[in-house]
Amino acid sequence: MQQAAKLMQGNQAIAEGALYAGAGFFAGYPITPSSEIAEECSRRLPLAGGTYMQMEDEIASIGAVIGASLGGTKAFTATSGPGFSLMQENLGLAVMAEVPCVIVNVQRSGPSTGLATKPAQSDVMQIRWGRHGDQSIIALSPASVQECFELMVQAFNFAEKYRVPVILAADEIVAHMRENFLLPEAGEIPLVERKKPLGDPAGYKPFQPDEDGIAPLAAYGSPYVFHVTSSMHGPDGFSNNSPANAAWRVEQLHRKLERYQAEIALTKEFDTSDLDVLLISFGATTRAARAAARLARQEGIKAGVLQLVTLWPFPEREVRALAGRVQRIIVPEMNYSGQVAGEVRRVLGSGADIRQVNKYNGEIITPREILRAIKGDVDK
Amino acid sequence: MKQRFEVILAGSGGQGLVLSGILLGEAAILEGKNVVQTQSYGIASRGGFSQAEVIIDREEIIFQQVQSPDVVLVLTREAMEKYSLLAASVPVFYDTTLLDRQAGENFYGFPFTAMASELGHAGTANMIALGVISALTGLVKPENLAKAIDRRFSAEAARRNREALWLGVGMAGKERDNGGI
Amino acid sequence: MTHATGLKYLKQDSLPLMWCSGCGNGIVLGALLRAFEELDCRPEETVVVTGIGCWGKADDYIMTNALHTTHGRALAFATGIKAVNPKLQVVVLMGDGDGVTIGGNHFVHAARRNIDLTAILVNNYNYGMTGGQFSATTPSGSFTGTTYYGNPERELDVCALASAAGANFVARETVYHGHRLQDYIKLALNKRGFSLVEAISPCSTHYGANNKMKVPVEFMRRLKEKGVPQAKYRRLSEAEQEGLFETGIMTDRDAPDFNTRYAEIRTLARGL
Repeated sequence: MQQAAKLMQGNQAIAEGALYAGAGFFAGYPITPSSEIAEECSRRLPLAGGTYMQMEDEIASIGAVIGASLGGTKAFTATSGPGFSLMQENLGLAVMAEVPCVIVNVQRSGPSTGLATKPAQSDVMQIRWGRHGDQSIIALSPASVQECFELMVQAFNFAEKYRVPVILAADEIVAHMRENFLLPEAGEIPLVERKKPLGDPAGYKPFQPDEDGIAPLAAYGSPYVFHVTSSMHGPDGFSNNSPANAAWRVEQLHRKLERYQAEIALTKEFDTSDLDVLLISFGATTRAARAAARLARQEGIKAGVLQLVTLWPFPEREVRALAGRVQRIIVPEMNYSGQVAGEVRRVLGSGADIRQVNKYNGEIITPREILRAIKGDVDK
Repeated sequence: MKQRFEVILAGSGGQGLVLSGILLGEAAILEGKNVVQTQSYGIASRGGFSQAEVIIDREEIIFQQVQSPDVVLVLTREAMEKYSLLAASVPVFYDTTLLDRQAGENFYGFPFTAMASELGHAGTANMIALGVISALTGLVKPENLAKAIDRRFSAEAARRNREALWLGVGMAGKERDNGGI
Repeated sequence: MTHATGLKYLKQDSLPLMWCSGCGNGIVLGALLRAFEELDCRPEETVVVTGIGCWGKADDYIMTNALHTTHGRALAFATGIKAVNPKLQVVVLMGDGDGVTIGGNHFVHAARRNIDLTAILVNNYNYGMTGGQFSATTPSGSFTGTTYYGNPERELDVCALASAAGANFVARETVYHGHRLQDYIKLALNKRGFSLVEAISPCSTHYGANNKMKVPVEFMRRLKEKGVPQAKYRRLSEAEQEGLFETGIMTDRDAPDFNTRYAEIRTLARGL
């Protein structure tokens, strides 16, 4: 039985989702528009026996989160553009050392300090490619307060299952918006816990994958003594600079996500049963896209929406499946360069009619603006 | 009964507009409605243009922003300049303590701030405004606003805010008697 | 009683040590491993956290849990480990570039927070791994790969910084005095709250070569002369102190550590 609906803010729902997932550690640094997550955690975590830490900067914040996770506690941090930029190097360590953790990036308008209180969806490519070295990552993007909660739980589940950092790519709109929220009962959403090593501790190799492609992860303090390094390492976790080992590691980091692409790539469809124009959207802009599709249908144009719940790895198969049925694709997003539109072009090739609706002044894309594009009044 | 309301509460930071929007939303949820509350603000905690938006609907609310407001409250000159034209079609409530009187049948001026000062709680002008607006427009029932207030505030603060709310509701009654909305 | 060798903590298949001949890192590593043995630290309850730099490679030789991190950030990672598992013995190994130059902010705040970590900072007066450029502890006026005309900046007193920021235990010793170094490391490991042991160990390969002190034995002799025990150092006039540095225990106090304070916060929160 669900409890009665409550008015809940997106940032609060993110913190609520982390607690539901069993997070016991938050380390962060205050930054608009994510600070409510830190505030909620500082109040709630000690009540749950957990720990809230306000670090000296975002670099330290993600460092502490990675340390806490290796200590066996589900851990996360929350930030926005400038702080997310600072986190990149240590985020790379989490990828390299396969440390489960969740990083919330409440996107705001940039570049640089930009418009601190205004929304944007312009960190899509930074989330994917922002770190040095070749690597892949999971990123999810919520379009409602309820999804802020659900995707936070999902982010922890992916992090624990695949032993990876996961990014929750929220935006200022969903983060600060309040709407009806239903808190699921404990147990209603299944929770995933990281796979622990079994057998003789002396034989434990923290980076030796099992059949399923994922290596079990011990916790510091358990009988399994283990070594973790940001540098290139072998299955035993100690430095190993041989070309064969380096190639194996880089492949392993990519292939474990490629292998599970089908279950990681989450999408939602709205009004897609009969379709001439497909809107591909993510995050809060999905709402404007859905409203625009309805307006279009009132004018006799069969428009529908594919919401990319998972941004990375990019839901290529889902995009291809719907794109094959339509004459035109429109990608509305709050950035100048069309970061997702470019990805759609990469997937569909140059033959497809793909149009962009971009807004990058800190204001929200409206359904009317998207409707104009649906009706053809936009440059390709 | 109207299915959907789009509300704009505009003024400056520190006037309690976002809190008013939250209370409106919580009251509407008590009535089984769907609510989306958003805000637009600058970097200052006090001062600067600030606006809360609330949409209340029996149906799912897809686009989250107000597009055609049904009710507007303005508490600063800047907000009035931005929204006075809307009074051609929808009620625009404003604070006569802070703003000049406006001519036109959809303008509803009340001395919210002066009344709050008389109550001895200058910070409750927003609650008086909520009382007036809810009673005159039927956005939500005032008793549900009172419930939302009780849930949000500690006993003493709840009492003060409820007192202000009901003062506003009473004021609306007089307005109606005078042939208002 | 037999003397501790520390061998059971040494990852012997990683030998020989990567460090240059004449480097003091091996002395500090030996002191640390013997201190582990004397305190009977259990490998599964010990975590060695390192940053980037010559001394930051020490984890390759240690048979406890370990986390080798990014440059300057070891204390931040260690903070997270200790915060979620207070029973772990968390030891952080950093050089001067790592610990107080790029990582200076974390150093200040780990000490201020008084998180129960033992930091062992080897001060070699330069960035050794990148070829001997100047760091925050390079003596003023001296020569490095990036102070061709002499260092225009002043050197940082790492111990004074830790003490001022709130560390519970702060000590300095040179690699000439290996046994005293080991004693201080033991005291630091036993101390609850943030503790720092600074080991003075100038880089003979780079700093030494750049400053006419190429022969390690000469270096050792100089450390013996320049490192002056606290009581004696403080009796000297300012003029006499010129060119010398103070060794010994600079700070020893028992302010509550972060985890103790946070446990109180949890109790307080639940009581409200």
